Amino acid sequence: MSLLSAHKLTLRHNGQTVLHGVDFAIERGEIVTIVGPNGSGKSSLLRALVGAMKPASGSVARAPALRIGYVPQRLHIDSTLPMTVSRFLNLPHRQKPAVVRDALTRAGVPELAHRQMIALSGGQFQRVLLARALLNAPDILILDEATQGLDQPGSATFYRRIEDVRNEIGCAVLMVSHDLHVVMAASDRVLCVNGHICCEGTPEMVADAPEYREIFGTGTRGALALYRHEHDHEHDHSHEDA
Amino acid sequence: MLDDFATRAALAGLGVALAAAPLGCFVIWRRIAYFGDATGHAALLGVALAVATDVPITLGVLIIALVMALIVSSLSERLVSTDALLGVLAHSALALGLVAVSLLPGRAIDLDAYLFGEILTVTSHDLLLIWGGAFAVMALLAWRWQALLSATLNPDLAVASGGNPKREKLILTMALAIVVAVAIKVVGALLIAALLIIPAAAARPLARTPEMMALWACVIGAVSALGGLHLSFAYDTQAGPSIVTIAAAFFVLSTGIAPLLRRG
Repeated sequence: MSLLSAHKLTLRHNGQTVLHGVDFAIERGEIVTIVGPNGSGKSSLLRALVGAMKPASGSVARAPALRIGYVPQRLHIDSTLPMTVSRFLNLPHRQKPAVVRDALTRAGVPELAHRQMIALSGGQFQRVLLARALLNAPDILILDEATQGLDQPGSATFYRRIEDVRNEIGCAVLMVSHDLHVVMAASDRVLCVNGHICCEGTPEMVADAPEYREIFGTGTRGALALYRHEHDHEHDHSHEDA
Repeated sequence: MLDDFATRAALAGLGVALAAAPLGCFVIWRRIAYFGDATGHAALLGVALAVATDVPITLGVLIIALVMALIVSSLSERLVSTDALLGVLAHSALALGLVAVSLLPGRAIDLDAYLFGEILTVTSHDLLLIWGGAFAVMALLAWRWQALLSATLNPDLAVASGGNPKREKLILTMALAIVVAVAIKVVGALLIAALLIIPAAAARPLARTPEMMALWACVIGAVSALGGLHLSFAYDTQAGPSIVTIAAAFFVLSTGIAPLLRRG
């Protein structure tokens, strides 16, 4: 069966219908991106899929004993709270040191273990959140606008790392993003959401779809091509390093 | 040994300091300093009600502190602007307590003792209560440490990994009420919050992990308690404020020194 699926899902928030009639499924190893304007219900869909939001009607099904790794939008850590990266990764459950090291390595930041959380750059911080999501060897990684606050190269590098992680541990990836062109290049499938699923398919199909262009305009098409070019280059480069 | 009033005072100060220090860390991390103020100030009302109804004073303070802590806690969840509200509650509780004390018929209580503490008159019975409370608080914090930290760090993440931030908040609220109840005799209603916050704040620049911060806060709190008592004996100053003064000196020292250490 699918890892996660929704059947005729309708969601209400504060009495308003934010999403209706959504059929969705994600398979093992797939990378799926949900795009949509603000208030389109994409975050609600994510929350319903992880079980944080109850459907008004329809249903959500999860594979038995599904392990979810969740990367939140942004995490604020109070400056009064001293916290090293490795201590952070031992919350709420203590982990074996080898598990922590492995997660940091997979997230691409093995050198950060002893740094203070509040001293990290935005990109480093998101990598640590990714490492945290990888601790329990998830079947699926769920990212809710995980690169908000990062600049474009930073986002691109982050998503490339996600792709690598997927290739290494074989987990599925489900993400919500604003960074359309950056994210779409790394996705197997894109879901364009605006109260319902407007269109769905490969990144190229969605970017060309009239429904998508109606919402986002045509401007991102060029950036997508540009990104793909850079992406190939960087990708080869990282393999040389490895 | 417990026959000596100075020894009893020292033990009382240590007990309160050791319970207040780690709890104070959570008060700082969660930015709820006024929470301590409001609950501490409400203690005076607890004293007045306990005397009026012939209930043991510690019990009266414990109950009122708990009620106050629960009110503040539930209000702060519902309202966005809690800063002003907590200020209103903290000072109103103090004023109400002072009014209640002066309304007590016939039996004048020593107001100074409850405002500033009277650590030098601590009895063996008081010591038992103080250390019993201190152990309860320390056990509570040690037992829930990981969960409390997770909930403090980020409630959403805690929920996502199966935690219950509301429960942890309630545990902190109860711990706070216990500390207030046992601390009133030692530092008095006015300065209870100081004993919570200052050692923890002084510990912040010295620590790289939450555990080390709590440990340093305990050390600084304990040394402040003993040093304050010493100051009080030597110069005949009031004990409670003396303890807080020493703690404040540690804060100035650690905040001033930390940047120098980091540079070197």
